[in-house]
Amino acid sequence: MTPADPPVTAVGVAARAACTLFLFTVVFVAILSGAHQWTLPAVEAAAAREKMKRIDEVLPRERYDNEPLDDAVTLEAAPELGFDEPARILRARRDGRIVALVVEAVAPDGYAGPIRLLIAFEPDGRVIGARAVAHRETPGLGDYIDPRKDRDQARPWITQFDGLNPAAIDAREWRVKKDGGRFDALAGATVTPRAVIRAIRQAALFVAARRERILAP
Amino acid sequence: MMTLAELRKIAAHGVWTQNTSLVQILGLCPLLAVTTNLINGVMLSLATILVMALSGAVVSSLRKLIPHEIRIPVFALIVATLVTVVDLSFNAGLHQLYLVLGIFIPLITTNCIVLARVEAYASKNPPLQSALDGVCMGVGMLWTLALLGGLRELIGQGTLFSGIDMLFSGLAPIQVFPAGYPGFPLAMLPPGAFIVLGCLIAWKNWIEARRASP
Repeated sequence: MTPADPPVTAVGVAARAACTLFLFTVVFVAILSGAHQWTLPAVEAAAAREKMKRIDEVLPRERYDNEPLDDAVTLEAAPELGFDEPARILRARRDGRIVALVVEAVAPDGYAGPIRLLIAFEPDGRVIGARAVAHRETPGLGDYIDPRKDRDQARPWITQFDGLNPAAIDAREWRVKKDGGRFDALAGATVTPRAVIRAIRQAALFVAARRERILAP
Repeated sequence: MMTLAELRKIAAHGVWTQNTSLVQILGLCPLLAVTTNLINGVMLSLATILVMALSGAVVSSLRKLIPHEIRIPVFALIVATLVTVVDLSFNAGLHQLYLVLGIFIPLITTNCIVLARVEAYASKNPPLQSALDGVCMGVGMLWTLALLGGLRELIGQGTLFSGIDMLFSGLAPIQVFPAGYPGFPLAMLPPGAFIVLGCLIAWKNWIEARRASP
């Protein structure tokens, strides 16, 4: 070893390794941050398109002529809807008049974790349609809440909420038939529909209680 | 450059003799979780192939700069960065595909097979070979997962290619068993994954045993 060589000590090795690791981290974080910045606009545009596609499932596009995503009322945090964040209610208008409200809700008590729902209401509170947009219910058992997975393609389970008037339904009727309510459910998988029914009822009550504020221009 | 013999050896290793799922039994967590149907299995494998090829090439190119003592954290950093970049680019550019692959791509980071190949192969070999090794290991995973997913889907719900309409609109899944097939949910649930995987491993070992004793 020539005198110019630094002494090889444990501390020296560790310090060098730490510096190298630090440099690698800086470089790769820079790459990540660059990739994030670069893709952000495209990701956001794609997410908005995706949201619109979900809205299309509960609310036909020919019923309104505005951009519901840009016409949202933000209300206080709503534990009834299953959220900790403030509730955002989207308003669909035709010729400036509100024709439908689109509400996102979460059923926290699905069989396999939360079930995210999207529900469209008429301004008077009647249900236009509901869809489960994200869930992890058991394939082949509880996943019939998703009309694409429902064996009954002619009349999927979730369509029994279409046109429902929540104000006309008694609290005891908001149950599956097995529990004495009015809603169908497949035998052997009632945890999932119970959760969905409860969540839709909560959302209906939430919207009804705040109708004035939601419909205020 | 690499010779044909070398290429053949890498391919045979990845696809059969060192098959990640049937021989090394690595990366089972994502494997068992997503192979509820054929399309999912194929999609996870394709995304893994991409990440493995990239991580093999990158680690191999940087292998002389990486001190031996801290190679594992650096490899993990590289793999995680690549997975995230792939994830972001899919989300931005191929959004339809991303919706199908979405949950699988981050899972690739948890797949220890990526780190294992980087450590065992790419850190000691030139970039081209390392990328090829990644691809071949991925192809081994691809056919295994396709078989596993296909079998589970067939037994579980009597169809094949369900979910293909999300990839190519206009194509429909194939109903293999008659529409009245009651389904067999066990095959779709995690225990079903273990049972089918066990059968596949037994099948491979049986072939090996028959080959060894003519």
